[in-house]
Amino acid sequence: MVEISDLIVKYGEFRAVDGLNFQAESGQITAILGPNGAGKSSTIEVACNLRSADSGQVRLFGQPPHSQDIRARMGVMLQSGGLYPTARPLEWLEYLAKLYPQSDKPAELLTAVGIDPGTRTQTRRLSGGEQQRVKLAAALLGNPELLFLDEPTAGLDALARRNLLDLLKSRRDAGAAIVLTTHMLPDVEDLADSITVMSQGKVAMSGTLAELTGTRSALSFGAPTGLNCSTLGSSLPMGYSVRETTPGKYVVAGTPTPDIMSSITTWGAAQGVMVTDLGIGDRTLEQLLIDMSSAEVQ
Amino acid sequence: MTTTTSATRIRAHTRWELRLLLRNGEQLLLMFVVPVLLLIALGFSGLSTKGINSAVPTVLAVSIMATCFTSLAIGTGFERRAGALRYLGTTPLTKFDLISGKFLATATLTAMSAAVIVALGLAMSWDPELSGILPAVLVALLASAAWVAWAMVLAGVFRAEAVLAIANGLFLLFIMFGGVAVATSQMPGPVGAAIDLLPSAALANGLRESLETGGFPVLAVIVLTFWTVLGVVLARRSFRWEP
Repeated sequence: MVEISDLIVKYGEFRAVDGLNFQAESGQITAILGPNGAGKSSTIEVACNLRSADSGQVRLFGQPPHSQDIRARMGVMLQSGGLYPTARPLEWLEYLAKLYPQSDKPAELLTAVGIDPGTRTQTRRLSGGEQQRVKLAAALLGNPELLFLDEPTAGLDALARRNLLDLLKSRRDAGAAIVLTTHMLPDVEDLADSITVMSQGKVAMSGTLAELTGTRSALSFGAPTGLNCSTLGSSLPMGYSVRETTPGKYVVAGTPTPDIMSSITTWGAAQGVMVTDLGIGDRTLEQLLIDMSSAEVQ
Repeated sequence: MTTTTSATRIRAHTRWELRLLLRNGEQLLLMFVVPVLLLIALGFSGLSTKGINSAVPTVLAVSIMATCFTSLAIGTGFERRAGALRYLGTTPLTKFDLISGKFLATATLTAMSAAVIVALGLAMSWDPELSGILPAVLVALLASAAWVAWAMVLAGVFRAEAVLAIANGLFLLFIMFGGVAVATSQMPGPVGAAIDLLPSAALANGLRESLETGGFPVLAVIVLTFWTVLGVVLARRSFRWEP
């Protein structure tokens, strides 16, 4: 559905995106996370046909992003801009609906996102949250098979945010591929089927929430970076695997048991490695990102 | 069908542009009120029939430049700054659709503005050569296309504030020194000949020649065709969706 390979985006000599490889599938919500300047928005902009790549390849449904067919099958919600300041919400959506071969009814969509279709207020006079909702309605209007959403819940109150998340889930369940960037980590924990964390223009890690945080069926620990994970894995029973998710942070996939915890510390002692923060399922996505940022600073 | 036709999108965008343009008071002022006031002022200045015959084409030229260049460039520049064009770049609307829609919308408004000016001119005893009407329409259409293309070049390259300043500045310069307010025939030979090659002079001279004498303004048509082709090529290469 979305395939990005070896993508490089440069601003002068600075590489905002530096050899990115990324995939997103139909019927899934894929979240792209990372600190400011990680290259998330640049990646989305290339995928949405707003910016050219310096090298690499982007394919949406097997076609390049500038394909006319793709643009009719894609919905986009931009972080900034995206509205005509003097337009009213309903007339803006009615205009956009004429650009798509199939579209939802603008008035119904506005109602679904909590905007009165009869409002005479111009979009520039709407609150930030209301503008976000109009932008979301515009993104959903053409019944897209692929949705790119850049910070979709920014500025929304709790109820509007809940409605938006429910709308996205229903589109995902209907088979759409949804790619979103956000700093709202609870949204990611609630929504995302797959998570990609970017740092300095590259994929720092990717996987499901459970894989990244080591929750549910895993445990995590800290140790010097560069441990031989396969050696440790081979010292554990069949079905357990070890990987370094961020420098110095390790996740052991498999059911946590006292024996496994003991095996890890024993292996560490035998190797002369200090194992710290050994724990089960208590690491949040936020902690993961903080750990990653701290490791980068060091 | 996996996408809409270009004709459908152009029609939708033309209507959209018209809706927004007709709502914008400043643009309406530039398109309708200024040319009408100009003609009324000229009318009260005691123009003879010969004078009004020259004044109406001049005011028509001013109206076309105001609508198709100044107003359009400024409006598009601010649409870009607001990120509205950036969003449209992600929809099925193409640059060709966008520019075509803008051309058709401004051409419609120009026709509406021209109708008002012509009606007022006739009420002020304007007596045009009927055989020159078709050539004048051709000149007006070519000039509209040229000015729209150059408005897109300006709006696609510069920031909105710069577009505002440049478009207004050029508008005044073209009117005062570009063969509109003062016909190039009244300028010194080499200067007039050089200014004849500007799109403003070609527009004003072309309208005057056709409507006053009924002749076909060959030079004006050639000059406007050149500026149109150059403007369209540059607009296609330089226009950006991004702010």
